[in-house]
Amino acid sequence: MITPKIKVLRSHGIQYIPDLCDVTLSEEFRGRPILTQTDDMTKVESAAKICPTKAISVAPFSLDLGKCLFCGECALCAPENIRFTNDFKMATTKREALVIKPEDERVEFHHEAVRPVVRKLFGKALKLRQVSAAGDASVEMELNATGNVNFDFGRYGVDFTASPRHSDGVVITGPISKAMAEPLQICYDAVPDPKVLIVCGSEACSGGLYADSKAVDRSFLASHDVDLWIPGAPSHPMAFIDGVMNLMGLKHER
Amino acid sequence: MIYYVTDNSAHSVALSDIPEVEYAALYNDLKERLQEQRYHIAHYFATPVGNRLKFYLLLLDDKEHKVMLSSFAMDYYDDVALPSLTALHPQLHPFEREISELYNVEFDSNPWNKPLRFSFDRRNRNSTIDTYPFYTIEGDSLHEVNVGPIHAGIIEPGAFRFICNGENVLHLEIALGYQHRGVEKEFSSTDNRLRQTLLAESIAGDSAVAHATTYAGVIEKLLQSPTNENLIKERAVALELERMAMHIADTGALSMDIGYQLGQVACEALRTMTINTTQAWCGNRFGKGLIRPSGTNKPLTEAKRKMILDNVAEISRRYDEVRLDINSSPTILARFEECGIVPKEEMYRIGGVGMAARASGATRDIRSSHPFGAFAQGYVDHQSVVKKQGDVMARLMVRANEVLQSAEYIRDILNSYDVSEEYSHPDYTSALTPNALSFALTEGWRGEICHVAITDEKGSIETYKIKEPSLHNWLALALAVRGEGISDFPICNKSFNLSYCGHDL
Ligand code: SF4
Repeated sequence: MITPKIKVLRSHGIQYIPDLCDVTLSEEFRGRPILTQTDDMTKVESAAKICPTKAISVAPFSLDLGKCLFCGECALCAPENIRFTNDFKMATTKREALVIKPEDERVEFHHEAVRPVVRKLFGKALKLRQVSAAGDASVEMELNATGNVNFDFGRYGVDFTASPRHSDGVVITGPISKAMAEPLQICYDAVPDPKVLIVCGSEACSGGLYADSKAVDRSFLASHDVDLWIPGAPSHPMAFIDGVMNLMGLKHER
Repeated sequence: MIYYVTDNSAHSVALSDIPEVEYAALYNDLKERLQEQRYHIAHYFATPVGNRLKFYLLLLDDKEHKVMLSSFAMDYYDDVALPSLTALHPQLHPFEREISELYNVEFDSNPWNKPLRFSFDRRNRNSTIDTYPFYTIEGDSLHEVNVGPIHAGIIEPGAFRFICNGENVLHLEIALGYQHRGVEKEFSSTDNRLRQTLLAESIAGDSAVAHATTYAGVIEKLLQSPTNENLIKERAVALELERMAMHIADTGALSMDIGYQLGQVACEALRTMTINTTQAWCGNRFGKGLIRPSGTNKPLTEAKRKMILDNVAEISRRYDEVRLDINSSPTILARFEECGIVPKEEMYRIGGVGMAARASGATRDIRSSHPFGAFAQGYVDHQSVVKKQGDVMARLMVRANEVLQSAEYIRDILNSYDVSEEYSHPDYTSALTPNALSFALTEGWRGEICHVAITDEKGSIETYKIKEPSLHNWLALALAVRGEGISDFPICNKSFNLSYCGHDL
């Protein structure tokens, strides 16, 4: 019957975001924080103490987005020193760039660190194989969402493939459990060279809450160069889209 | 007396109040009792205490709304075999398997004594995930299909082995453990309650609210602090929003798998709207940051209350149109109906819970059998959605009706919500009751979640045990595909959408 379908279609309307380079998230969204040094840093000390992943360092004052789970609790502890903004543009080519310092107004992307071959071969299309290595399913769902009717990242030639053989690189989510260390390596090896490596979510960037767990094995990251680090718990689809567009050279604003 | 009888709203229980009985007494009692459908096991685990191994068991009586606690003990290095209850009541299989795996306790004549999740602290290190003892059937006409651990989509890992006769599945075995992160150990190795809260949110990211609510329940029972009306209402709104979001997401996923593109995109957009509503409330699309023990950092303002009411009404209206379209499309019904059936008796036997159980006519629903929060306070008069068929369509329709029902609950709760009330801040520091056992049961969108904490003499959490509904329901999926064409596996799988990380912990 056609009538119910027409109804669904009419209510559905047009859903895609017209310009993925021009997106502002809800005010409430907890993205990149801004740090402010003050004379009295005692509140930062208590924030550092309560931080579940020890992402905050007091002297010198810094916050590691690769460890941060964006719970926002530190900003409640030390409102004069830490304030979260709704800026989702946090992906970067260098792990160190995720450590933000007082008055930093953006996360530097470091275009110079992108390997030339990446832009040459994958500047127009990038097919990725995702490997969940003890991700909690939220990052995975956000990565799925990048291809949905709202974000439709496929329009830029970025998709996820079923087989590593058909892909140009690997996206890792999760702290990397011991049991996934070998499958991850096998999958990565099966991707034809040259290939990119993307680490998505704070748990993947640092191990997050499981950094010290005996059930985790992060040796893969010690022996492979990462092209893109994307923080978040989970990383918002826009954080991934922004990072990958920058990596491909489709954007030059950071 | 074998049990200490309590319920899901009572305070924590002093360890000394829980009877320690002989295993034989418990065995004999459960042997009989579990024949009645009103009873099932919510949790059963062992934990080392000095040089002894202490076992705790939580039995639920759905009819009387009671939780019955019992325990027994043995020497840590005792090698007597205990008669297996799984042999009589398959619902015990994940519990006995976990105990065997962790502590080498032998359950005599357990028909399915296989490793559960290859926990890093298991006793038998020779048993590894690569050597999982898959069931095999000999026969020239049979072949095996191996899938995983990495699957074809953006999804968590797990190893599936199908034994097929031509296109038909004779048997499916699911080997899990790839997602094991050591969650339970992380809980007991910190006193930082914020860290514990975040751990709870990460047990299964698609059920962050449900697990965090359960954790908060466990802690509040140990703090003996009353929660205020608004907090209870907010948690119910968050939980029902999570239920809506995931049921809508899975309606979309099922639509995608049968090439029903209209339903897929409509649901994708509606899910986005639902989780963006949660984000506009608390800053995170999955509700992380929203549930905190004894208080909140994100009290509802009038603007937010209104925003949720408006969005939920719109989502519900549009989702109902999709539901009607599904129901009036013979090509959709042809794929979903009579596919992946799990009969009611079987659901009860294997201890199935939650929406999947209700789709088979097995009325398992913590919101009515062991009410918590808003359901215990009577802010919502909950009637479980139950179907009989037990097929993919029934699971889809339970979801569909629950989306509409949750929307109504949210509307009712928010209409009686008074934003001018004072709100309480989270409590991360007050001392917990020492030497106590505290449990909380919550009905997440998948089903029954149970967390149990045991505190030591200083009030620190010494043991933390987590049960995700998926622990029971993975077996239901394996049974659902028996006799089906292997090409129907994806829709059977999505009709359950079980958690790997929640199972593997
Ligand atoms: S928001 Fe990040 S840095 Fe702040 S307490 Fe939470 S995890 Fe730590």
